[in-house]
Amino acid sequence: MDRIEKTVMVIAILLLVVFFGAIVVAATNYGVDVPTCVTDRKPFVESAPPFKTSDQPLRYEVHTVARMWMFDPPEITVPPGAEIDLYLSSADVVHGFHVEGTNTNLMAVPGAVTYTRLKFDREGTYRVLCHEYCGTAHHLMAGTIVVSHTAMEGEQ
Amino acid sequence: MNATLKLPVEPWARRLVLLEIALPVVLLVLGIYAGLLQVLFRAGVIQAAEFWGWEYYQALTLHGVVNAIVFTTFFAVAFGNALVPYALGMKLPLRWAWVSGIMMIVGTLMAAWAILAGKASVLYTFYPPLMAHPFFYLGAALLIIGSWIAFFNWIPLYLRWRREHPGEKTPLAVVGMFATFIVWLIATVAVAIEVVVLLLPWSLGWTQEVNVPLARMLFWFFGHPLVYFWLLPAYTMYYTMLPRLSGGKLYSDKVARLVFMMFILFSIPVGAHHQFAEPAISSGSKLLHSFLTFAVALPSLLTAFTLAASLEYGARQRGARGLFDWIVKQPFFSTDGWMFSYLIAGLIIFILGGISGIINASYSMNLLVHNTSWLPGHFHLTVAGPVLLAFLGMSLHLLATYTGKEIRLKRLAVAVPYLWLIGVFTFSWGLMRGGLHGEPRRTNLGMSYLNPDSPFYHPEWKLYVTVTMIGGIIMTLAMIAYFTVFFATALRSRTKEPAAEFPLSEAYHDEPAGALTNLRPWVITAIVLIVIAYTPMVRDVLRGTFSNAPGYEPHNPAPVNQIEQLDTSP
Repeated sequence: MDRIEKTVMVIAILLLVVFFGAIVVAATNYGVDVPTCVTDRKPFVESAPPFKTSDQPLRYEVHTVARMWMFDPPEITVPPGAEIDLYLSSADVVHGFHVEGTNTNLMAVPGAVTYTRLKFDREGTYRVLCHEYCGTAHHLMAGTIVVSHTAMEGEQ
Repeated sequence: MNATLKLPVEPWARRLVLLEIALPVVLLVLGIYAGLLQVLFRAGVIQAAEFWGWEYYQALTLHGVVNAIVFTTFFAVAFGNALVPYALGMKLPLRWAWVSGIMMIVGTLMAAWAILAGKASVLYTFYPPLMAHPFFYLGAALLIIGSWIAFFNWIPLYLRWRREHPGEKTPLAVVGMFATFIVWLIATVAVAIEVVVLLLPWSLGWTQEVNVPLARMLFWFFGHPLVYFWLLPAYTMYYTMLPRLSGGKLYSDKVARLVFMMFILFSIPVGAHHQFAEPAISSGSKLLHSFLTFAVALPSLLTAFTLAASLEYGARQRGARGLFDWIVKQPFFSTDGWMFSYLIAGLIIFILGGISGIINASYSMNLLVHNTSWLPGHFHLTVAGPVLLAFLGMSLHLLATYTGKEIRLKRLAVAVPYLWLIGVFTFSWGLMRGGLHGEPRRTNLGMSYLNPDSPFYHPEWKLYVTVTMIGGIIMTLAMIAYFTVFFATALRSRTKEPAAEFPLSEAYHDEPAGALTNLRPWVITAIVLIVIAYTPMVRDVLRGTFSNAPGYEPHNPAPVNQIEQLDTSP
């Protein structure tokens, strides 16, 4: 190898180190992370719409079941500023769960539970797509998350 | 350019290589048609579940299996069957070469039947618990095991050459093909276990349930090295032939060998970067695989430099001056060295394919694009870029030299890669932009999101799917031109004596290769890396999986074993 090639190699390695460093900083300092392995929850087939598990005012838990070819519950309604602990399970085959325009992008895999925390500050209706092929009517599998001030009034 | 060395080939070795080239090219006609259907369905031009008897997901399965698995595997085996004996100056042992070829053909026909009969619409990733006909799994297993036998058949040649040439460097072409098949062999062990141990008995009804996270982990153990199995034969052509076709020499022989060894090291322990959104795998394992994926980007970055340096050297031999003249002074449209056009167009496409690949590998950033149409946008810039074009060019070259027929319509042949380049850039721009706006992959959009009559109608994606369709149509036209050249050449009468003939390059810097001459330490280190990367992941998958799943047919939300119980109950 001549000198230029060695220089190129060092530059290439530095470039990759910088890229990887940025990822690690994003995950550790800013909490931009991917789903991890959940061992304390068993897969479920009964869904649960948003409910409270603590005294914190805007903290909810949701259990979503993905099945051929719908999400259950099909619509999740929360007030603005809500933090949702979402548990996702599949009742049959593999499904996807992508909240349009957000970083929430999950797989529902039979036998395991997927967990993530979502936070919605702005009012609006967010489309949730199944983005993994799950059979003949896969293209009809979608849900919504509605973030609205009027959402939880009945509860108060 | 000096005349290339011609070596005679035995008739039955010739026939085998030609069969292994021609059958996948014929199947590719179906695969390309299925690809054209995809863009028409997705753009909302076809607003139905099927078109002329081809259902969307069935056509998508065929497109993936034929183009990405069958065509590529056959090509790699045929190319190795031709190149390895040629570079070693030996004869291909015929018996096991034919056993391998026949197994691969039988396997392909079995899987093709299952797909065309509509009994295996499970896409080319065949994720359980969607279940296909047993012939689909059996066919896949035969194809894979057949390709192993082809590789085992070359090993005695290599060992004999090493004995007869002590102290010499193994020809670079052989190093490239061996790197290809070492990666393939290690990676396919996992998918063979998935198919033979988990899925085939389950699809036959011998077992009731399958561990889905485990099957998915085994699939992606194979699924990413598969990408390098596609790329490495193309890299072999880039390193051993492109410099010569450009009129120059390979800038550095040692870097080429280092690159191939780095691919053996880092190609495999990276599977979790396809599973960032997955449960049952800890974020720590995902981060480790992300890191190793960056390591496997290194050999490609080195390749970019070495190939550019080789091309520059070639152009300067032909009188290029100044800083940029050498870029223009390449034989882009030469009909004599026509294969240059296939290799250079692929390399240009791969610049964007590589960059988008680094984005996908970037851990949390992947969540922006996971399973959106960005992904097929990316991988059409790799497998349908450098890989496809190099394979098409070499298929045509093998056809011409092994039959002894001069290529017909050479100008058209040279136009194919550039037309394809325009098509695939247009196509991928549409898919990738759409993906950033949430457009999903593998979805019959014409039945929902791109259908104005559907409650799901999503007009924001209209621009992206339309651009994708235009690109897809240009790609189809390029392939029609290619098939015209291929079959017009195949059907003409012989013009010269058939022979093996490859434009192998000399090296400009031809240093001793040192530790790079011996494959063994690299393979052992690769296995150690795999153990380090996969041990925690296997543990995660076993801890995070609570139950196994019964099988489902794609059209029925009830499990297969319950349907059977209903059928047999009184």
